[in-house]
Amino acid sequence: MPQILLPAMSPTMEDGTLAKWLVAVGDVVKPGDVIAEIETDKATMELEADDGGTVTALLVPAGSEGVKVGTPIIAIAGEDEAEAPPPAPASARPPAAVPVAAAESKTEAPVAIPASAPETATGPTRRQTVREALRDAMAEEMRTDERVFVMGEEVAEYQGAYKVTQGLLEEFGDKRVIDTPITEIGFAGLGTGAAMGGLKPIVEFMTFNFAMQAIDHVINSAAKTLYMSGGQMRCPIVFRGPNGAASRVGAQHSQNYGPWYASVPGLVVIAPYSADDAKGLLKAAIRSPDPVVFLENELMYGQSFDVPEGDHVVPIGKARIVRAGKDVTLVSYSIGVGVALQAAETLAGQGIDAEVIDLRTLRPMDTATVLESVGKTNRLVVVEEGWPVCSIASEISAVVMEKGFDDLDAPVLRVTNADVPLPYAANLEKLALVKADDVVTAARSVCYR
Amino acid sequence: MRKVTELARNPGRKAASAPPVGNWPRPDEPERFVASREEYLAMYRDMVLIRRFEERAGQLYGMGQIGGFCHLYIGQEAVVVGMQGELKRGDSIITGYRDHGHMLACGIDAKAVMAELTGRAAGISAGKGGSMHMFSVEHGFFGGHGIVGAQVPLGAGLGFAHKYKGDGHIAVTYFGDGAANQGQVYESFNMAELWKLPVIFVIENNQYAMGTSVNRASAEDQLYRRGESFRVPGIQVDGMDVLAVRGAAKTAVEWVRGGNGPVLLEMKTYRYRGHSMSDPAKYRSREEVQAMREKSDPIEGLKKEIIEGGHADEAALKAIDREVRDIVAESADFALEAPEPAASELYTDVLLGTY
Repeated sequence: MPQILLPAMSPTMEDGTLAKWLVAVGDVVKPGDVIAEIETDKATMELEADDGGTVTALLVPAGSEGVKVGTPIIAIAGEDEAEAPPPAPASARPPAAVPVAAAESKTEAPVAIPASAPETATGPTRRQTVREALRDAMAEEMRTDERVFVMGEEVAEYQGAYKVTQGLLEEFGDKRVIDTPITEIGFAGLGTGAAMGGLKPIVEFMTFNFAMQAIDHVINSAAKTLYMSGGQMRCPIVFRGPNGAASRVGAQHSQNYGPWYASVPGLVVIAPYSADDAKGLLKAAIRSPDPVVFLENELMYGQSFDVPEGDHVVPIGKARIVRAGKDVTLVSYSIGVGVALQAAETLAGQGIDAEVIDLRTLRPMDTATVLESVGKTNRLVVVEEGWPVCSIASEISAVVMEKGFDDLDAPVLRVTNADVPLPYAANLEKLALVKADDVVTAARSVCYR
Repeated sequence: MRKVTELARNPGRKAASAPPVGNWPRPDEPERFVASREEYLAMYRDMVLIRRFEERAGQLYGMGQIGGFCHLYIGQEAVVVGMQGELKRGDSIITGYRDHGHMLACGIDAKAVMAELTGRAAGISAGKGGSMHMFSVEHGFFGGHGIVGAQVPLGAGLGFAHKYKGDGHIAVTYFGDGAANQGQVYESFNMAELWKLPVIFVIENNQYAMGTSVNRASAEDQLYRRGESFRVPGIQVDGMDVLAVRGAAKTAVEWVRGGNGPVLLEMKTYRYRGHSMSDPAKYRSREEVQAMREKSDPIEGLKKEIIEGGHADEAALKAIDREVRDIVAESADFALEAPEPAASELYTDVLLGTY
């Protein structure tokens, strides 16, 4: 009896909620009929039947959450089932137009920041995804400052291409939550002009890959204005959106722009890992009088962390020791922090006590915290989900060589993505991305073990 | 080449084959402005101030007192002076790198502009911007932008801010015929019309983008039509006639302030000097420039009209000339004597916040 499996409906979908069945046992469906509504991490999608037939069983009840991609959810008997031989298992497949490969490329679960970390919240918290934390940060700042508005592609009616702006249109209306045409340089420039004119725009790029079309305004128009005007013209704007590799989307959609923007004086560049930092730093970014590039990560959007309740603002420019240790320092930012924490756990099992630092802000960079840690551990590995050449890792290596040379007992090592455009094939992609195992190897090497 | 020369010599002329414009709401055809004696004299003064200021800047550049790029506005004075006459305090102005004239027309002190050109601490940007990067938030002048076409979405954003705040003000966004071929200009037209932003787009068509004539770079060389695909009504204006410009400005300002969305004004104008100070000007003949100066000069044209119309006599204009000469001389002296920025200013004004 043919079954339909829960398909992957986005490149990063691993599971979904079976929100609603639109058919019942005994119903006759035709190919193309909508049979169910599936809530993914990004949107509610309709699932269509591939082949016609009679529904013989609903294998997953409506309302089921966390149904894994590939789970059989419904059985439909073909119209000529009685006469025909049982169909081959291959016919049990997800709808044709949906990419199935995504299911194979599991993203590693987030690594929790240990409760013993120095900066762990002590007050009441609640469990939130990075996505929800970012939305709350925007909503809270929009409630207190009329000048703050959000613009970008699909931010309003669609509720955000990655659902980060979900609900904002409903609360703030279309004056302050603005869908733009697909016109990156245009709306980046328009937003920058609005900031010059006294507003506080949040410009969402659907991903930072598309912001390359608009980078002239980020750098030439926004970052340099204060300096070029001798300090009289401000440009308080936040450019935000997902940055770095997603999952199986290939070279043009997978790039870390952290080092690019972090090289530009006049910009503040933030790249948080956890939901609490995402919220607290986005609020700080919106309040900042300076232009801010706020680099999120698509693979982190669905990950949950404990977020302090109330007006949680995290200072810009301060790194965070997310795991204290004494043998080796692992420095990273954004999704790389999870890789470093995972490596630290493995290292702990091998008798190496690693300290993990999340830079959080890439510009201005808190090199003091890094140097202090190196002063204690005398060993440094920089972990970066990005290319190695002219990277944040390169910058930290240079700073520690210049200012912490005498503290080093081993050369600084960089563990990064491979120096190639990100490949599509699952095995090659895995080879290209930064891995905890490589961090472990590097850490052992600088510890001479 | 003949076609190029002919177009250049007839800046206000429309193509005979102009197709009908789109069937959507548009302002009426503008009428040439009828000026009072005071308005005549004020426009004359403002244009002469820009002309003399720019001539002096050219001299200082030649003496090595102004560095880098320096783009003079000589020949185009009627455009900004005619536009400015219809604006109110609180309106926003933004342009590209040929910006000295716009600053003077906004009422910014000539001394602060000239001192910026010489890179002094008393310059309007404290010596950190230079010729192409000057701003005065106080005067509603938002630059002074060095990247061709970048000021167009920025200007749309200034208009967006006025609409968002509901302050009744408008933004005037100037750009050249060269910038008119940048994609972001059309992205801006689209959003400005879609959201009915209070923006006047002003193309200062001086016929040459550096050394490339409009006809060699633009498939549609009637640039006022360039907004029609976005339903932005376009009007072509004789940019060498300050009263024609002022009339068009009046029409456009009324339309835009009335909440009808943007307007595109194409000002047919001409620059007498090179694109920048380092331009050998091999792309046009000396005769072409000379003919323009003799037949279409905006200052001479207005002067003639003032005298022939009996609005003022030669002596009154001479008095203005003297006043302007003094202002420019004083600004040049100031700009040469004022101190350079202190070395400690190198690291200031990068960020406002402390992190």
